[in-house]
Formats: sequence, structure tokens, C-alpha cells
Amino acid sequence: MSKMHLKLKVNGQEVETLAEPRELLIHVLREKLDITGPHIGCETSHCGACTVDMDGKSVKSCTVFAAQAQGAQITTIEGIANPEGMHVLQEMFREHHGLQCGFCTPGMITRAWRLLQENPNPTEEEVRFGMSGNLCRCTGYQNIVKAVLAAASEMNSAKEAAE
Amino acid sequence: MNEMTPTREERVANLKGMGCARKRVEDARFTQGKGNYVDDVKLPGMLFGDFVRSPHAHARVKSINTEAALALPGVVAVLTAKDLEPLGLHWMPTLAGDKQMVLADGKVLFQGQEVAYVVAEDRYIAADAIELVEVEYEDLPVITDPFKALEEGATVLREDLEGQTEGAHGPRRHPNHIFLWEQGDKAATEEVIAGAEVVAEEMIYYHRTHPCPLETCGCVASMDKINGKLTLWGTFQAPHVVRTVASLLSGIAEHNIRVISPDIGGGFGNKVGVYPGYVCSIVASIVTGKPVKWVEDRMENLMATAFARDYWMQGKIAATKEGKITGLWCHTTADHGAFDACADPTKFPAGFFHICTGSYDIPVAWVGVDGVYTNKAPGGVAYRCSFRVTEAAYFIERMIEVLALRLGMDAAELRRINFIRKDQFPYHSALGWEYDSGDYHTAWDKALKAVDYEGLRREQAERLEAFKRGETRKLMGIGLSFFTEIVGAGPVKNCDILGMGMFDSCEIRIHPTGSAIARLGTISQGQGHATTFAQILASETGIPADMITIEEGDTDTAPYGLGTYGSRSTPVAGAATALAGRKIRAKAQMIAAYLLEVHDNDLEWDVDRFVVKGAPERFKTMAEIAYASYNQAIPGLEPGLEAVSYYDPPNMTYPFGAYICVMDIDVDTGEAAIRQFYALDDCGTRINPMVIEGQVHGGLTEALAIAMGQEIAYDEMGNVKTATLMDFFIPTAWETPNYTTDWTETPSPHHPIGAKGVGESPNVGGVPAFSNAVHDAFRTFGLTQAHMPHDHWRIWKVASDLGLHG
Ligand code: FES
Ligand code: FES
Repeated sequence: MSKMHLKLKVNGQEVETLAEPRELLIHVLREKLDITGPHIGCETSHCGACTVDMDGKSVKSCTVFAAQAQGAQITTIEGIANPEGMHVLQEMFREHHGLQCGFCTPGMITRAWRLLQENPNPTEEEVRFGMSGNLCRCTGYQNIVKAVLAAASEMNSAKEAAE
Repeated sequence: MNEMTPTREERVANLKGMGCARKRVEDARFTQGKGNYVDDVKLPGMLFGDFVRSPHAHARVKSINTEAALALPGVVAVLTAKDLEPLGLHWMPTLAGDKQMVLADGKVLFQGQEVAYVVAEDRYIAADAIELVEVEYEDLPVITDPFKALEEGATVLREDLEGQTEGAHGPRRHPNHIFLWEQGDKAATEEVIAGAEVVAEEMIYYHRTHPCPLETCGCVASMDKINGKLTLWGTFQAPHVVRTVASLLSGIAEHNIRVISPDIGGGFGNKVGVYPGYVCSIVASIVTGKPVKWVEDRMENLMATAFARDYWMQGKIAATKEGKITGLWCHTTADHGAFDACADPTKFPAGFFHICTGSYDIPVAWVGVDGVYTNKAPGGVAYRCSFRVTEAAYFIERMIEVLALRLGMDAAELRRINFIRKDQFPYHSALGWEYDSGDYHTAWDKALKAVDYEGLRREQAERLEAFKRGETRKLMGIGLSFFTEIVGAGPVKNCDILGMGMFDSCEIRIHPTGSAIARLGTISQGQGHATTFAQILASETGIPADMITIEEGDTDTAPYGLGTYGSRSTPVAGAATALAGRKIRAKAQMIAAYLLEVHDNDLEWDVDRFVVKGAPERFKTMAEIAYASYNQAIPGLEPGLEAVSYYDPPNMTYPFGAYICVMDIDVDTGEAAIRQFYALDDCGTRINPMVIEGQVHGGLTEALAIAMGQEIAYDEMGNVKTATLMDFFIPTAWETPNYTTDWTETPSPHHPIGAKGVGESPNVGGVPAFSNAVHDAFRTFGLTQAHMPHDHWRIWKVASDLGLHG
């Protein structure tokens, strides 16, 4: 099948590669660009392990064709840490034991990262609802929810302190 | 001493040893996307394998035409049974003493069975090529019901076994029969039941489900023809056993095979067995001379790789009028699917199902399990449980409820009067186990008090009245569960897998500057071994956990071990770790004695150092001792500070717990809202409370899934109806409740640190708690048994059948 010249901005860097239009974004990221943080848990849009941020929205990258991603700005788990170190969400997942096998974690954190931009002050219910596209088989979610709420409150106090 | 000298408390805190909620060392890489899972392995020239799978549940394979597939650019090879036959690899032995087709040999026996293996330059080409392989099938009658499979004249499924009346576990009485396995005294049990004051009888079905870890199974096989070495990366819960099996199957000498389990994205029993994908990938790599990756997709995982449960358990429980249990009888029909590929210790074809007398002092009992072939996928794995313990716990915890109904007795009280008492431990069960320790009454009382059990029952009675008056359509259910697990398999004298005794191991090296590396025969799949095993070692050796690297999963470097499943890591490898640590300490004591010029008996251990008795200012820290072991000649001692321990456990461990679930059930929609879940676990000595709590949350959520919606369902044609995550229920954050966790601590008397294992308890105890809550809501309307999963439709149906829809 003929290939297209795909240009993306991934984690702040312009990248280009050749891909068949039907190729899924998750495969382009993982296999062509060596970005293996996002994982594959189903390839049918149910599990959220492949979640990345595309043009300001959480997407399941197993459900986006390479062709649809042309020119997009993409943030993956690899692009979430700050130059100074881990993002608060990453720290809070560790602090509150929000991960076990770690397979869902990149998708979870990438989703939570967008969620807290959409809603910087969510209730527990809103976190549970807002994260419900991401499955975890290990944690039972309780500590993930705790971690996201803790990150929200840390981020809010940091913002207040800065103002 | 000066102000900078740390106090004893500070030294203890600095160790981050046992009992402390140490944060996990694994997390930095996982939270930053730097895990290394099998699908992340990328080698130069790597090819991709993919399967042509059977759409039929039972059919003869008339022909396979691979021409069109081979003609597709980028396709390197297509393997069929014919290609594997000369190597003797078209069939492979299973862990249960049966054999299984690697690729369809003349017929297929379940939907999703592997028929041909395509190798191509990338996964898209492989997927395209699969469509081009033409397979001609001829349908055969399908059997999905194990009872029908045993009927006179039923279609013979396993023609390869025709005429074989002896199986791996004794006589086969029908062509579709695998074994009958019995424990206990049948005649005595039946006599007690015949003469009992009260007998409750019920058929309890524990449906077929699937471990479904978020990462599916996969491997990368790389045969280096120049030096004759095979490296196999894979999602293996038992890498060392995989190496041995790979060697036996392929004829490659074991030292020329290196098996690596990298990070594993959850296992839950799914990744114990050996699957056709591994065999085909190895062969493909040998044939092509290139590395070959195979990663199954989710549908393949749910359809073909290792189901769990599928036990039909007919039970009879006898008691006095006062509720004292006098006997337990259980006949199980076990649907094993097309091949008996259960991952149980060899001598236990029904695993440890005979733990089904549970936490109760039952004088006489019998169990018989009939294994049966059907046109379903093989497996029967221990899905977050220790070899059929979940089935056993569900069975007894349902039977207790059924008996309580018969007696008109409160189910909490019925449990209490039948518990094995603290003074009866070690307790010999009627089915042959020796329970090491327990204190059930204390745990039960604590749990009932914590939830205000009597208050809940009052509220439930009021709700029922309101329901009858038409003021509400919601019923309240209180689900009780008290479980005893049996984990830590196990003593080599009776536990083995393919002849390998079920010991485990740990090897430690202390570096000159006082840090260390330890390697174990187990492999974490999320349990946090790198964190918790370092804590055990910190407490044993006085080296801070932060200065200990834990490594597992590479058979070239780690000592041989049987792997991680059945909650065996802490009971077995944890013990090996503690004992290896003690060997280090013993040598360290000799070194310290030499350095301090005293007799070693004059020293005592204090947190991280040896101190001269009665002279606290004279001591040598572990760091000083480590350095000395490398830089001085010490008479009578070899240089260096290393130890290895292979631990053969003298007995299993018996964690237990008390779970209570409160649910509101809408009788019109069938929806069940979990309003409270209390989980008390006693896993003996607690190594890391944070990790334990995480294990409990996760296990309870898997139990919630199983009890309330998750199943592998087949239609009569043998089609899998639940092969995607759309149909196979996995709770999201939205459906999952918050849990309250609690504990008591009854250390195991035979384990070096008293730990018992916890990873599976919440699944074992959780399923009956959820299921009993559903049953309890309808108790007063005459419901005795409704089969799981209790999804909305089934609950609605229960309400409807009981006439509650007016
Ligand atoms: S892999 Fe994309 S949602 Fe599961
Ligand atoms: S941590 Fe294992 S799937 Fe979430």
C-alpha cells in the first residue's frame, strides 16, 4: 500500500515519517517513532492504554488513523514531565500508589493531565467519570482517583502561591 | 557519640524495612513511560507473527492453501501443522499431563484455535496475509455443555485419545472424560448426610471467566545461529519453567536458552502457561534466522488464551438443628475445554479445590471432581487465586448461606459457631490439609463490629417493610464472606510443575561499599517485588532498602525458581530472601567478631550493626563489615559477602479474611449499587501496608467484575459471545466503589518472617461477598441460588421470577 509523508509535532518536536494512511496512530508512535510510553491493551478503543493528547484533546490513539493525525500536535506520557523533573501527577501517582503493573499508567496520567486542564478543580465523581475511558486491572482505581485529586489540589495551591 | 550520630529510631527508619509503607521504586519509570514491556522490545530485522484462527468450534480441516498469502510482498513464511510435524512440535504437552495442538492437526476443537502462523515484515502485512490463507473446514457437531459431553453416544471430541482409558490422573470412563479426582471419605460423608437432622443441597455454578490482564500475552524469539543461542523475551509468570520446557521441546540445550520476562502488564494467572504463539515464534525464528515478535490482540486473548473457572459444583451440607455442621459433600463437573491445560501442580488436577471446607470445623467431607472435554478454549488457570481456591471459597460460602436459609438462622452466627477455633491450630481438615494458623473469631467480630452488622440488619428489615408497603423499589443486600486461602505452593514433596519442585530462590551479593543486589526466581507483574523484597532484606541485613537492587526475570542471571502465581512469591521467594539475608548476617557476624577481636557469641545484632554485648560503643556496621569482607584477609573465611537460598516450604500458608458488602438493588432495573465494602485481611506479617492495601483494592475490583458481570460466554455453536472489552465486563472508575480495608495479624508459624501472601485473597473472598449480597437482598422472597455473573439482566430476571414485578 502506498505510503504518505506524515508530519507531526510530538512532545514539542517536529517529526516526520512515512506511513500507510490506514496505519493507526499508536503503531506510528510506537513502531516508527519509538515512543513506547503509550501502550496497546485492546486496539478497539475500550481500554485507554493508548491515550495520547492530540490538538488539546485526549484521544485513544488506536482509533486514529495516521492520515487523520497529519499535522497534529501530540503529547504523550514522555512529554508530560517538566524539565525540572516529574509532573505533579506523576509524583502523586507514586505517592498514593496509583499504579501497580504500570501498563495503564501512561494512558491514565495523560488522560488526567488533560482532565485537570479541562476542570482544574474536579470532585471525586468528576474524576471517576472523566477517567472512565481508561481501564486498570490492578489498582481498583481508588488510589488513582486519590492521586488525581491530590495533584489537582497541589496544582491549585501552586497556582495560588504564584498569583 | 555526637549530635550527628543517628538514634536507633532514625537508623530503623532509614532502613525502610518490613512494616513500612515504602513508596515503590518501580514507579519513576512507569509514570514516565519508561517501562519495558514485551511489545517494547525491538530488534534489528525483527519479523511479526500472527495466527490464522478457526472460526468454527468443531470442524475437520480439509485443506489449507497458503499460496496467496505467501505471494503477498513482505510475507516471509506461513507455518502449518505439516511444517511443525517433522520437528515433533505440531502438538505440545500441557502442564496438566495432556497434550495440545500447536497448530490444527486435521481438526479444530474450539473457536479461535490456532490453524496457521504467518510471519511477515510488519504487523499490517501479517494481518493482510491471514486473510489470504484459505482453509477449508467441514463442520462437526459442537458440544459446549459438559453434562452433554458425558452422555452416552456423545460426539467424541478428542479422537487422538480414542481407546485410551487411562489418562494422566487415572481412568477415563467416557471418550470426553479426562479424570475423576477424589479426596476425603465418601462413604462416611454420605452416611452422615443420610442421618443428618438438616441437609441443604444446591448446585453452585462458578462461570467461565478470564484473567484479562491489560497487557495481552506475547513474546519475541531470537535465535542466534552463529553461537547457537536462543533468547526469548515474553510475558512469562514463570520464566525458568519456560526455559526448561523450551529446552525439552526444542532440543536446544538449556544453557543455550535465555528467557527474559521484562516488565509484565499484569498476569493474574493468564501468563503461566505455554501457548502456541511461543512455540511458533521460536520455530519461525529458527527457520528465518531473524527475531520474531508475536503479541496476541485482545480478541485472541479472550478467545484462546487461558480461561478460568467453569466449575459446576453440586453440594450437600449436613448440620444439627442448632446449626453445627456435621458433613460436606461436593461433586464437581469441571469444563476444561478442548485440551486439559490447567496450570496446577502436577498431582492436583483440580488444584487445591479440597480447601472447600473453608474456615469451618467440618468433621467429615468428600469431594469428587470430574474433568470433561468440550469445544471451548483450554485453560482452567488460577485467575488471581491459588489453583481453584476461588471456586472452593465460593462453593463453601454459598453453601453456608443456603444452610442458614434452611435453618432460618443468621448467616453470621452460623459461621461463628462453626469456625475452627484458635486453639485448634494447627488444624487438620477432613480433606487432608494442615492449616498452619488462624484466629477467625477475632477477625469476624472485628468485621461485624466495624460495619455495625446488627444496625445493617435492622435497616434491611425496615427497608423490606417499606418495599412491601410500596414506598421503595430498592432492596438491600448484606453480603458476608469469611474465607481461608491456601497459598505458597509448595512443599516439593507433593508440589511440582512438570516435575520441577515448587521451591523458590534468592541470591544476594553485597557490594564493597555496602549496597547490594538480590536476584529471585519469581517475577513481578505489578506486585512491586523490587520494593517489598528489598524491605525484607533491609530488615534482615541492615542495609537500607534504597541501597538494594532487586532483579528478577532473566534466567541467565537469576537463580532457578518456579515463578509468581498462586500468591507464592512472598510465602516462598520471600522466605528464601529472608534466609539468604540471614546467611549474610551469619557471615557478617564472624567478620565483625574478627574486626572487634571478640568471640562471635559476644556480639548481638542491632538494626544495622553488630554490637559487643555490654559495650554499646563497640560495634561494626554492616557497611563496615561489607568493606572488610572485600579488603582484608580474614582467617578461616572466604573473601566477599554473598549468599544464596533455595527455600522448600514445609507447608502452605493460610491467609484468611472477613469481607462484608452492602448493596442496594433496584428490582425494576436490576441495577446493584455497592454502598459499602469492608475488607479485613489477615496475611500474617505485613511487609508493606501500602502495597497490601493496593493488592486488596485491585483484587476486590476483579472480584466485583467476576461476580457482577464478567464472563466468557458461548452460544450453542461454540461461538464466543464475549470476545471484546465491549462485551467482557471490566469495571471502570465509575462502577468501582471505594473500599475500606482493615487487618488482623496472625503470623505464619513456619514462615521465616511469618508472612502469608495477600495478592489473591481479595479475589477469593470478594466474589462470595458480592454474590452473597445479591442473594441476601432476595433472601426473604425465597431465592436460594442464582448463578453469577449478576449483571443487571440476570438480577432483573431473578426479581421477575420471584414475582416482584407485580
Ligand atoms: S489500545 Fe486503544 S483503547 Fe485500548
Ligand atoms: S496498574 Fe496494571 S493495569 Fe493499571
